[in-house]
Amino acid sequence: MSAIVEEHSHHTAPKGLKRWLFTTNHKDIGTLYLLFSLTMFLIGGAMAMVIRAELFQPGLQLVDPHFFNQMTTVHGLIMVFGAVMPAFTGLANWMIPMMIGAPDMALPRMNNWSFWILPFAFAILLMSLFLEGGGPAFGWTFYAPLSTTYSNDNTAFFVFAIHIMGISSIMGAINVIVTIVNLRAPGMTWMKLPLFVWTWLITAFLLIAVMPVLAGAVTMVLTDKFFGTSFFDAAGGGDPVMFQHIFWFFGHPEVYIMILPAFGIISTIVPAFSRKKLFGYASMVYATASIALLSFVVWAHHMFTTGMPLAGELFFMYATMLISVPTGVKVFNWVATMWRGAISFEVPMLFAIAFIVLFTIGGFSGLMLAITPADFQYHDTYFVVAHFHYVLVTGAVFSIMAAAYYWLPKWTGHMFDIKLAKFHFWLSLVSVNVLFFPMHFVGLAGMPRRIPDYALQFADFNAIISIGGFAFGLSQLLFVAVVYKCIKGGEQAPGKVWDGAEGLEWKVPSPAPYHTFSTPPEIK
Amino acid sequence: MQHGRLLKKLILLTLGMFAFAFALVPLYDVFCDVTGLNGKPSMEVAKQSESIAQSRQVDVSFTTHSQSQAPFKVDAVEHSVSVQPGKLTDVKFIAKNLSGSERVLQAIPSVSPGKAAKYLHKMACFCFDQQPMKGKEEVEFVLRFYVDTELPSDVEELTLSYTLFDITERVSKQDSDRLSMLAAREEFKYEP
Repeated sequence: MSAIVEEHSHHTAPKGLKRWLFTTNHKDIGTLYLLFSLTMFLIGGAMAMVIRAELFQPGLQLVDPHFFNQMTTVHGLIMVFGAVMPAFTGLANWMIPMMIGAPDMALPRMNNWSFWILPFAFAILLMSLFLEGGGPAFGWTFYAPLSTTYSNDNTAFFVFAIHIMGISSIMGAINVIVTIVNLRAPGMTWMKLPLFVWTWLITAFLLIAVMPVLAGAVTMVLTDKFFGTSFFDAAGGGDPVMFQHIFWFFGHPEVYIMILPAFGIISTIVPAFSRKKLFGYASMVYATASIALLSFVVWAHHMFTTGMPLAGELFFMYATMLISVPTGVKVFNWVATMWRGAISFEVPMLFAIAFIVLFTIGGFSGLMLAITPADFQYHDTYFVVAHFHYVLVTGAVFSIMAAAYYWLPKWTGHMFDIKLAKFHFWLSLVSVNVLFFPMHFVGLAGMPRRIPDYALQFADFNAIISIGGFAFGLSQLLFVAVVYKCIKGGEQAPGKVWDGAEGLEWKVPSPAPYHTFSTPPEIK
Repeated sequence: MQHGRLLKKLILLTLGMFAFAFALVPLYDVFCDVTGLNGKPSMEVAKQSESIAQSRQVDVSFTTHSQSQAPFKVDAVEHSVSVQPGKLTDVKFIAKNLSGSERVLQAIPSVSPGKAAKYLHKMACFCFDQQPMKGKEEVEFVLRFYVDTELPSDVEELTLSYTLFDITERVSKQDSDRLSMLAAREEFKYEP
């Protein structure tokens, strides 16, 4: 036994392409996930640029409506399944074993597979854009009958791509659960787990619960379209509204899959730069669990205008509003952590504070959308677009940026270019609000989403939104520059990069050695 | 292996949730049936009412519309009737195939307000069957229905809406199989 351990501790990373193709190392796989996610973020962002360029002026000028629809659809799919989810999985791969004192993920070979099928899924999805008839154009929600009766045959590629993405996330989730349950260092009891680990554990259960339902939904779309079943076709005894029920049974927990790890990141960063313990650790754990449980009983708030009976609308309205209670607990805990702390405004903290403020704005517009009678006005307008971009861009994406800046010195061994990073932060902060805040107003005034043209009275606001969009898009190239420079070199980072940071990951040198915690650390 | 048991449970959970997605299909119908939500009326032949509420009148209107250019026109001869709950009423519909070729019509009923759906009983309806129609053919359909005496008192009028689907392609796909099956069964009789 000791001989094997000995051999492993001297073992360094193999070189070349094969290192990355055959790697079972959690740090390598984490890096692959994060770089993949960054690539997808840029591709999905480029599609958003096409959308904003078309909407810069009223009328149709750059792209035809069918291509516009493909852009909105694939932008959504890529950002959800290609950018945000793999980024969190990458962070989980890198950080969870180091945070709980484990030598690696529990199932390293499955880990390799769960990453390497992902590029194929997105290659299939992106390839379908170049085929005759184009790629999916029915919105990322692929409502039947848009995706069944009115779609082209390339829908099969979309279905196949979603299946692969789903399998990848399920394998990743299983790995996270087995790692956390079985590989915690001795003495690491449940209530000593870092919050990022807790939120990911709960997220992983959500993934296992709902990704198979998404797989079921796309399978039904596939058989309806190609094999003559009628799950969603009224003429054959099915029901198109049932599609929305099945989709949102997946879809609502999915939005928490994209935000719970963000809560974990913010709960890690805020105490580190406030130089205080996180306020209300236990309540954070319970709040995360309650959000996850409640997420299964609110799905039909996406469907208030489908002609649901009053009893259903009331139930889903109140259940939705109930979610703001545990979410509020979290926000207040973060603020209480900062209260009278010795705060310093390093780049990760700047992103974390921006997250708290802007995510809360997104939360409030969500609360407005939850009010059934009001939702009839907001439904399918830019108000909804503003809402979910506040929670997903200034929420999830900002938390990923915060995490990247927080752990980048640990990953690369170099401090990043702080000046450039601060420039990235301030440009992103201003432009993201120029981009998304006016959407609230055009939405309330009645501008529908997913339409390539609009009434003249929305022209000025849309020009402003587009300018904000281009600025935000270009600012992200600064992030790429910061990451590139940081990998290439820079000031040597110490093992404990941030003086207020706590956790096992800071007890190993920077960059983190290829193998860490081959012998479990002691937890006091 | 120490991870084997947990791994097995998690894989089972995954497969279980995949099966659950398909179980949602019948569950959805059962849920709508039990709660009477969704405005989906029954597609079965109803039994005759035992009593008639003499003192009450309910307005029943009829609308039809074609789904995605289905080449049919179906119109109720009387667009609205006033009925006593429990009393059988016949309403004539004139259906026309607007295309020049043989098409198969399927009408799907829906009742508004949704909560009244389970109180509208149909004893004969063209929506119970697929209706093959020759090119330009005009047919008369009869709907025989009554409104349940239990209909909540706050419902004073209800609308029965038919969505018309052209299912020719779906049927022709299954037809070749069915015809060969029918030919094999000699006792087959056509009952209009």
